[in-house]
Order: sequence, then C-alpha cells, then structure tokens
Amino acid sequence: MRELALNILDIAENSLAAGAKLIEITLLFSQSKDSMRISIRDDGCGMDEETLQKVTDPFTTSRTTRKVGMGLPLFKYSAESAGGSFSVASRKGEGTEVCADYRISHIDRMPLGDFGGVALQLVTMNPRVDFRFFVSDGERGGVLDTREVREVLGEEIPLDAPEVRAFLKEYIQENLVDIIGGRL
Amino acid sequence: MKSLEELRALREKMKSQTDNRSVAGENETVIKVGMATCGIAAGARPVLDALLDEADKRRLHNVKISQTGCIGMCRMEPIVEVFKDGQKYTYVLMTPDKARRVIAEHVVNGNVCADYLIGNSSN
Repeated sequence: MRELALNILDIAENSLAAGAKLIEITLLFSQSKDSMRISIRDDGCGMDEETLQKVTDPFTTSRTTRKVGMGLPLFKYSAESAGGSFSVASRKGEGTEVCADYRISHIDRMPLGDFGGVALQLVTMNPRVDFRFFVSDGERGGVLDTREVREVLGEEIPLDAPEVRAFLKEYIQENLVDIIGGRL
Repeated sequence: MKSLEELRALREKMKSQTDNRSVAGENETVIKVGMATCGIAAGARPVLDALLDEADKRRLHNVKISQTGCIGMCRMEPIVEVFKDGQKYTYVLMTPDKARRVIAEHVVNGNVCADYLIGNSSN
C-alpha cells in the first residue's frame, strides 16, 4: 500500500462485507495544527468485544480462504509510523468506526493519493449502499452524500449510468478533491 | 462548481434515453476485479479504472464491470474475471495495459487473450 486512499478503500470494503447500508468517510485536516484525521464509519454488523481485541492482529480475519488479514494492520501501521494514532470502535449489531490520525509533516507519512478516484469507485460500484464523504481543511468543507444524489435521480436512473458517473467524477473533483488541493 | 441542481437537469435529459438502453440485456458480459487488501496492494484500482475507461470509450452498454472481494490467489493479483458466453475466464497478474487489451480483443472481438489466463501464466 503506497497511498492512504487505498487504505481507505480497503477499510470501506470491510464495511461493505459487514453488510453496511451507510458508510461515512471523513477527512479532516489542518495545516496550521499539522494534523490529519481519516475516519470510516459504518452501520454494518459490527464486532463483539473479543473480536475487537484482536482485530489489528494480522493473523485475525473474517474470511475463510486463509488465516491472514492485513487491511486493518496496514492502516494502523500507516498512522503509528507517522507520529499518529489509530483506533477501532465497534458494537455488535450497530456498526464500526475506524479512525486514524497523522502528523502531516512526518517524513514517513504516506501520501493521500487518489482520494477522488477511490470515492468515485466506492460510490459507483456499490449500487445498494449509501456513502457520505466529508472533507474539510478547517476553513472550507465539501460533502458528497449519495442519499441526496439518489433523491434527485429517482429510482429509475442508477448511480453507475455513464452520464451520472461523469457528473459524479466532476462533482467529487470540485467539492472534495479541490479542498485538499494537492496539500496531502 | 458542480451542484445537485445540474444533476436534476441531467436526469430529465436521461429519462428520455432510458428506454433504448434497457434492451441490451442479452449477451451481457460481466467483468469482476478482485478488490480485497491483496488486490488493492497489487494495483487492482488502476486496472479497474482502465477497464471502465476503455468500456466508456467504446460505449459498451452490454458490459457490466464490478468489484469483488478476495478471489483466493493473492499472489496472482490483480485478478480479473470475465464471464462471457456462459464461460468464466480468469486473467491474472493484470496491468492497466493488459486490461485494455482484454476489453479490445476478448470482450469486443471475442478472441480470448490466452497468454494472460491463469492456466498459461508462467509465474
């Protein structure tokens, strides 16, 4: 993993696997405070206390093809090796929130990467799941909420229709990516 | 700045077009890209983007591109599965360039890219 955006995608895939109906991805940063926070919250099936204790252990996984699960450990490592911190909170039957903090200027902080591309992929590839993206640099903020998009489009036009995809691509660029402005 | 108001206009424009699109149900090709930690780390996202871009360019309305979880052979990622004519083709160790070739030669022209298939992979 060479981009934080890929970590975000990976954690969101966990949320999808947990049967989430709404996934909220938030990116808050402040250059004056030299800090950045990424959080991914879902309303999926959640985890019990016992699973939660060992969830960042690479030898814990929910899949059955093999016994290794690297997603959360890699995300945790990305934060902790960059002067930041990491947390997972979860309640069985209610959902999970994964949160990572970074020091922006830390020499080992991974670049954010293609955040807009990841957002577009998640939104258009998962027709039955809603997403809410929020990006803020402390002064300006931008939102993409697929519930609002769906309300406008109605039932007969899907989010992955080519015309809607093209619209969303630009919408994400102007409302989310431009706020980041290449600073992360 | 793009707003949801513009989306409303787009919807009205699209409503008149939806009828002729729904005809394309027959002969549909389904393409799946493995998008678990292993796939993502191996570069599945650029591969997926290339597939979408190529399908978009060629206006392929009968191709459905989606993502899936871990396909099970992490060392062969990025893996692309093509479901066409009642068969499943598993392409391994994919790159954006290979993905574009699969769309052009296999999905459009019907010639399987045999050298990228799992059975012929030298790795």
